[in-house]
Amino acid sequence: MNRGVAITGMGIISSIGTTVEENFNALINGKPGITVIENIATIHKNNIKVGEIKKTNSQLAEELGLSADNNFSRTAMLATIAAKQAVKNAGIADINEYATGLISATTVGGMDMTEKFFYDYIEREDNRRYIQAHDAGDTTHKIANELGLKGLVTTISTACSSAANAIMLGARLIKSGKLDRVIVGGTDALSKFTINGFKTLMILSDTYNTPFDNNRKGLNLGEAAAFLVLESDEVVKKENKKVLAYLSGYGNANDAYHQTASSENGDGAFLAMEKAFKVSGLQPLDIDYINAHGTATPNNDLSEGRALIRMFGDTMPDFSSTKPFTGHTLAAAAAIEAVYSVLALQHGIVYPNLNFETPMEEFNIVPQTVLKEKEINHVLSNSFGFGGNCSTLLFSKS
Amino acid sequence: MKKCYINGTACVSSQKTINTAFLQDIIINENDNILELSLPDYKEVILPAAARRMAKGVKNGIVASHWAMKEAGTQNPDAIITGTGMGCGVDSEKFLKALIDNKEEFLTPTSFIQSTHNTVGGQIALGLQCKAYNFTYVNGAVSFESSLIDAKMQIDGEEASTILVGGVEETSENTLQFLKLSGVIKDKEQSPYSVLGSDTTGAVFSEGAVFFVLENEQKATTYAELKDVSIYNLLEQNEIEAKLKAFLAHNKLTLADIDAVVLGYNGDVQYDGYYNTLANSVFANIPQLYYKHLSGEFYTASAFGLWVASHIVKLQELTSILQINKIEGKSFKNVLLYNQYRGADHSFTLISQC
Amino acid sequence: MEALKQELKEKIINVLNLEDIQVEDVNDNDALFGDGLGLDSIDALELIVMLDKDYGIKLADPKEGKAIFQSIETMAKYISENRTK
Repeated sequence: MNRGVAITGMGIISSIGTTVEENFNALINGKPGITVIENIATIHKNNIKVGEIKKTNSQLAEELGLSADNNFSRTAMLATIAAKQAVKNAGIADINEYATGLISATTVGGMDMTEKFFYDYIEREDNRRYIQAHDAGDTTHKIANELGLKGLVTTISTACSSAANAIMLGARLIKSGKLDRVIVGGTDALSKFTINGFKTLMILSDTYNTPFDNNRKGLNLGEAAAFLVLESDEVVKKENKKVLAYLSGYGNANDAYHQTASSENGDGAFLAMEKAFKVSGLQPLDIDYINAHGTATPNNDLSEGRALIRMFGDTMPDFSSTKPFTGHTLAAAAAIEAVYSVLALQHGIVYPNLNFETPMEEFNIVPQTVLKEKEINHVLSNSFGFGGNCSTLLFSKS
Repeated sequence: MKKCYINGTACVSSQKTINTAFLQDIIINENDNILELSLPDYKEVILPAAARRMAKGVKNGIVASHWAMKEAGTQNPDAIITGTGMGCGVDSEKFLKALIDNKEEFLTPTSFIQSTHNTVGGQIALGLQCKAYNFTYVNGAVSFESSLIDAKMQIDGEEASTILVGGVEETSENTLQFLKLSGVIKDKEQSPYSVLGSDTTGAVFSEGAVFFVLENEQKATTYAELKDVSIYNLLEQNEIEAKLKAFLAHNKLTLADIDAVVLGYNGDVQYDGYYNTLANSVFANIPQLYYKHLSGEFYTASAFGLWVASHIVKLQELTSILQINKIEGKSFKNVLLYNQYRGADHSFTLISQC
Repeated sequence: MEALKQELKEKIINVLNLEDIQVEDVNDNDALFGDGLGLDSIDALELIVMLDKDYGIKLADPKEGKAIFQSIETMAKYISENRTK
C-alpha cells in the first residue's frame, strides 16, 4: 500500500481559534464558537447563529501589516493568515527553493467587499480599489504575493467541497512529479450574500446546529481559512521534515441529482468514498474515525447517513461532525476538517458531535457524542457541495 | 503514459462559431468596447423547463459542450472540468441587487443557487446524468489552463480516457460598469479600437463558452495532440524567454521547433509588451497569430485561442484575419500559445500535429 | 376568486420564467408539481416568497407548501382565507 502524500505543515483560523493549538484546545474542551453575528449588520441577526471569527477587518489588516490603502477582502486576509502559519509550521525558509504551487479554494472571494460597495463604486472613487478584489483568483493571488511564491497558482470553487478538491489536486500534482510541494486549502468569510442565500433555501437553523439529530433544523454558517503544506517524499527526506500525517486517499464524484439537494441514497457521496478507498488501497474496516460533512440540514444528514451505511454496513466506525463547533465554513470546511483529521491522528482523539439528542428515525447509526481517546490510524473526511459535488479525503498516521 | 488528443471542440462567442465552417462569417467590430455574443440556437439543445432558470453562461456552456461531444462522438465523459474567472455574474448581481434594494427581504433562491461558480459544470453533469469527477477552476486568466492541466494529468495517468474541458465567461451589467470605472475596459471615447499597435490602455471585452473533448486515442475527428500546458502567477518581461525555453526543453523541443505562435494580444498598451518580448525576438521569423480582435477579452478567452490553434493544426493553413505578420508557414507541426492578463496568470500551451 | 386565480397563473408564469406557457394553458385543477406543470422544490421556495411578498402570508415550514401548492384552485383558496394584503 502506498503511504500517500506527506503533510508537513498546517495553519488555521476559525471561530474556535486563531491557531492550530487554539482550535485543538477548543475541540477537546467542548468549546464551540457559535454565536450571534457581530461584524455584519443583517436583519436576520436574531434568527440565525454563526461561527464568526471575533476580529474586525481592521484588526486582521493590522495583524498582517497591510497598508491603509490595501484592497484585501476579509476572505483574502483570513486566507493569508492561515497560509503563512502553514508555511511557517512546515519550516519553509525559501518558498521558491523547490517547485512550489498554491491551490486555494473559495466561494465568497471578495463578495464581502462587493456587497458593501456595490452602489458606492458608481458614486465615489474612494473604494474602487476593491473592484479588482471581487473574483476568486484575486484572493489566491494575494496569498501567493504575501508568501512571495512564484509558480503554479490556481483556485477551485465547487461550493462546499472546494477545499477537499484543492487538497486532492495538490496531491496529484506532487504524485505526477509536476511539483515538489504545494500549499493547499480554502477560505471563506461570512457575507450578507451567503447568509441571505442560505436563508432563501430555508436551511439555516435559528439555534445551535445538531447534525444527525432527528429534530435538526439546519446549518449555522461559519467563516474560516485553513491550509496544509504537502511535500514529496524526496523533499521530506532531503530536508529531514517531520511528517504530520499522510493524505492517503481522495475521490470526487457527482451526484447528478439536483442543483442543491443530495440524492436520497447518497450516490455521489458513496462514489466519492469508493474512489478514495481505491486510491489508498484501504478498506472500510481500516477507518477508525469519520469526520462527516454533517451540516445538520434535513437533506444532507439523511443522504450522507445512507451513503455511510452503504459503505460501512454493520461495522460503522466512530463518526462525528465538527460543524457544531465551527459552523459550516463553505469552501474552507474541508480544509479546517483536514486539520482536525490530522490532529485526530496525532493525538488519538475522536471529537464529539455536539448538541445531539435524538437518533434519526430513518436508520440506526448515531454519532459519537463525547470525546473519545483511542488509537487512530486512518481518518475519512467528507465534504459535499451544491452542484452535486461530492469529495472524500483519507488521512493516515505518519 | 497515454497521449492526449483534442477530438472535438465547439465555441460560442461574439463570432458565428457554432456549426459553421472555421471563421467563415467573421465580424470585425472596432467601434464597441463590449462585443455582443452571437447567440446560438438554445432550443435545439436545452429543454425550456431547464433553460428557464439558466443565465447566459450556463446555456452557452451547455450548448458548446453538447456540440463538442457530438463531434467527438462521446456521450458520457469520465470527467467534466470547467474554468471560469468570474463565475455566474448575471445571477450573482441579480441576487445581490435584490438583497440590497429590498433590504434582505422577499429574496428568492433561484439566482443564489445559479450564482455558484460550479453551476455550469453541475448543470452539464445533471443533463448528462454524469456522476464522474467534476471540478471548476476560478483563477482569472488561467482558469481554463488549470482545467487543461488537470484533464491532461488524468489522461497521462490513465485515470480517464474521455474528458470534457471548457472555459466559460459571461458579461454582466454591473461588473462591466465596475471594470469600466477601474480602467480595465477601453474608454468609450477612444474608439475605434485596434488590438495591434494600440496606444491606449484597457481592452475590448466580451464573453463566450468554448469546450473541448480530450481523449487518449486518436480518431478521424482529432484536431491535434495536446502536448503540455504550464501556468505561472507572475513573470517579469525579462523572464518570459527563459521560462519558455525551459517549457519547451521539458517537451524535448527548442524554439526552432515552433512553427507558429498564437499570442493573446488584447490592445492594452500597458501589458501587450509581454507579447512583443517574444514576437520581436525569438519568434520574429515565424507566423504570429492573434485572436482577441475576434473574441474580445475575458478571463477564459484563451480557450478561444486554443480553438483557433486547434483548427490551424488540423487544417494546416492560416486564415489571414488571424495573422499579425506577413510570414506564411508551410506546415504547422508544433503550435505554441502564450497568454497573460494584466501582467499575471501567464500560460504556455503546446499542441502538435498528429 | 376567479380574478385571484387568473392573477396567480400570471404570477407563476412570470416569477418562474415559464416562457413557453400561456395563462390559457394552465387549468385550475392541474397538478402544479411533478407530472402536471413540472415544478420542483426550488419553485416551491419561490412561491413561498411570493405568498409573503404579495399576500402577506408567512410560511414557517417549507413542508406546509406541499398541500397549498397542489393546484391553482388550492392556492387561491388558501390565499383568500389567509391573506393579509
